[in-house]
Amino acid sequence: MEYFVIIISAIFVNNIVLSQFLGVCPFLGVSTKVSTAAGMGGAVVFVITLATIVTYLIQHYILVPLEITYLQTIAYILVIAALVQMVEIILKKVSPALYQALGVFLPLITTNCAVLGVAIMVIQKNYNLVESTVFAFSTAVGFTLSLVIFAGIREHLALINVPNGMKGIPVALISAGILALAFMGFSGMV
Amino acid sequence: MNQVKNFTKGFLKENPVFILLLGMCPTLGTTTSAINGLGMGLATAFVLTMSNIVISMVKNFIPNKVRIPSFIVIIASFVTVVDLSMAAYLPALHEQLGLFIPLIVVNCIVLGRAESFASKNGVFSSLVDGLGMGLGFAFALTILGSVREILGSGKVFGFDMHIFPKGVDGILVFVLAPGAFLALGYLISIVNKINKKSI
Repeated sequence: MEYFVIIISAIFVNNIVLSQFLGVCPFLGVSTKVSTAAGMGGAVVFVITLATIVTYLIQHYILVPLEITYLQTIAYILVIAALVQMVEIILKKVSPALYQALGVFLPLITTNCAVLGVAIMVIQKNYNLVESTVFAFSTAVGFTLSLVIFAGIREHLALINVPNGMKGIPVALISAGILALAFMGFSGMV
Repeated sequence: MNQVKNFTKGFLKENPVFILLLGMCPTLGTTTSAINGLGMGLATAFVLTMSNIVISMVKNFIPNKVRIPSFIVIIASFVTVVDLSMAAYLPALHEQLGLFIPLIVVNCIVLGRAESFASKNGVFSSLVDGLGMGLGFAFALTILGSVREILGSGKVFGFDMHIFPKGVDGILVFVLAPGAFLALGYLISIVNKINKKSI
């Protein structure tokens, strides 16, 4: 039951993009086509889950025992950057098909603030390892969900006539606002 | 290169938020009020200026292949400095901005300026560039924060502007998440309009 609450709250109620504003750059950047959005989403689910597990272990087995938690930010960002590189190399060797699908998105993920954000959030929320993993996974699923929905909206936006000054990013932001408004309807659920 | 131009380009012509669309996460996440926007903007400006200075100083010692990780470590050090000093001297603001302070590390503007400007230019130009871009970012965040605060609660920096009739507190949605997207969308369209006229 507890896990169920974490999952629902991370995917719908506290959606990482639409209510916490993390990962807005890829949200606006790679949301012009549904297929690329789904590819990016898959890569993000993979990296966020893995990065959260690794940073959780580093926090509790290296930083806390050595009393150097003030190095948190530096340690995390280095681990995430190294991890993304490593995932890329392993994927290339082990599963070329998956690498083909996710490859181009992997380097972009290092600068996705959702990854570092989730890693820090699970420490602040005092989750244990299993809860952290569940939270990270469902947060990433929430990211993918909003990204794919938004890409669907933008595919339709490309077809309609928009006033001059609103073309491109402004109208995309306003659609995102309306989407966020729709997601607020979930707020009573948890 | 004209230093004045170098400094002022960050405000409108190459404004990181309105034109370059970098650093959207803190822009949307921290601008619930003008003061929060200003605080976040100044924290980012400090990190941007300091990391620009240091990177332009050490650029000749860093091998090209490991430059991005080295830049990130330098940036992360300054972010830690800001994080700890804010927690010590401005605990209320630190509490409000929360997660977004450590996330300055992954703000695209900081790494973007390090890579595209500080790694190619001298110390003084990099300082001016960092300061200009940083203050431009702070300027954009303060404007967005003011717009959201005035529509959301009828106040700016906590002062009541009396724009709403008695008994109406404001349009709550502008303080909440959707309002951030809406307000930024309209602001960018206005800036687009102004820029097109001046060309």
